[in-house]
Amino acid sequence: MVYLTRKAEFSASHYYHNPDFTPEENQRIFGKCNNPNGHGHNYTLEVTVKGAVDPRSGFVVDLKQLKDIMSREVLDALDHRFLNQEVPEFLTKIPTTENLAIVIWQRLAPKLTAAKLHRVRVYETPDLFVDFYGEASEREAIEPES
Amino acid sequence: MKTGIPKTTGLKAHLTRRYMFSASHRLHRDDMSEAENRTTYGKCNNPYGHGHNYMLEVTVSGPVDDQTGMVCNLVDLDSFVRTQVLELYDHQNLNLLPEFASEVPTTENLCIAIYEIVKRGFRHAHLDKIRIEETMMNSFEYLGERGEDL
Repeated sequence: MVYLTRKAEFSASHYYHNPDFTPEENQRIFGKCNNPNGHGHNYTLEVTVKGAVDPRSGFVVDLKQLKDIMSREVLDALDHRFLNQEVPEFLTKIPTTENLAIVIWQRLAPKLTAAKLHRVRVYETPDLFVDFYGEASEREAIEPES
Repeated sequence: MKTGIPKTTGLKAHLTRRYMFSASHRLHRDDMSEAENRTTYGKCNNPYGHGHNYMLEVTVSGPVDDQTGMVCNLVDLDSFVRTQVLELYDHQNLNLLPEFASEVPTTENLCIAIYEIVKRGFRHAHLDKIRIEETMMNSFEYLGERGEDL
C-alpha cells in the first residue's frame, strides 16, 4: 500500500450563521466569523489516496486523472465562490473548515475508482487545518476521560 | 424564513491548530558525569543553555456539531492553550520549571508534558496528538500512552 498526496489551492468567502440561533447566540458562538458580509480565505487542500502500486505503470493513481477529478468536483465548485450561497451543501450546513473537509470528501470519494480516498486535509490558514478520514471513522463518540 | 440546519449524527473530524513559543533549555543530568553529559547531549549540554522557537501543533477530534459545524470552538481551544500552555512556557528557561526539575527538558519530554496538560484540562474535544517542531529540521509527536496512529 502506498499513499499519495496531491495539493491544490482555492480561495473562497464565507460567514458562520445558524438561522436557529438568536442574533446574540450567533455573535457569541461565531464571533467575528458571524459578520454577514462575509470574509475570505486562501484554502489549501491536500487529498491523500492509497492503493497498491500498479506493476505496469508504477502508479498508485494517474496523477493527471486525480488532478482532473479534484478540479471538476471540488475546485470548479468552490474556487472564488461565496460558499454560503453558491455551494448547495452549505445551504444547510455551516461552511466551517470541518464541514468543508467532509463535503470535499463526499464529492471526491464516489469519483475515485483506481485508488481509495484516505484523507482530506483542508488548511483554512497555515495555522489551522482539519483532517477527515471518511465515514468509516464517523460517529465515534468523544472518548470518555479515563 | 428560517432554513434550519438539519440534525444528523456528526461525522468525526480532526482539527489541528498551530502555536508558537520561544524558550531556552539545557540538556543535562546531574547523575551523569561531565563526560557522559557531553557525549550524550553534545552542544545541547552547553552550561549556559540555548533557545528555540518551538512550533506547537495541537490536534483534537470529535463529531462535528450540526448546529455549529465545529469539532470545538476555536476560541475555547486558543484560550486554553494560551493560558495553560503558552503562558507557562513562552520566554521561560525550561530547566527552571517544576516539571523539568527531575526530567531533562528534551522536546520529547516537552511533548509529553504539554499532552498531559491538555488531556487533563481541555474538555471540549478529544486530544489526539501533540506535535512540536523544535527547529525546521526536527519534530516530535506524542499520542498518549496508547500511541496508535490516527
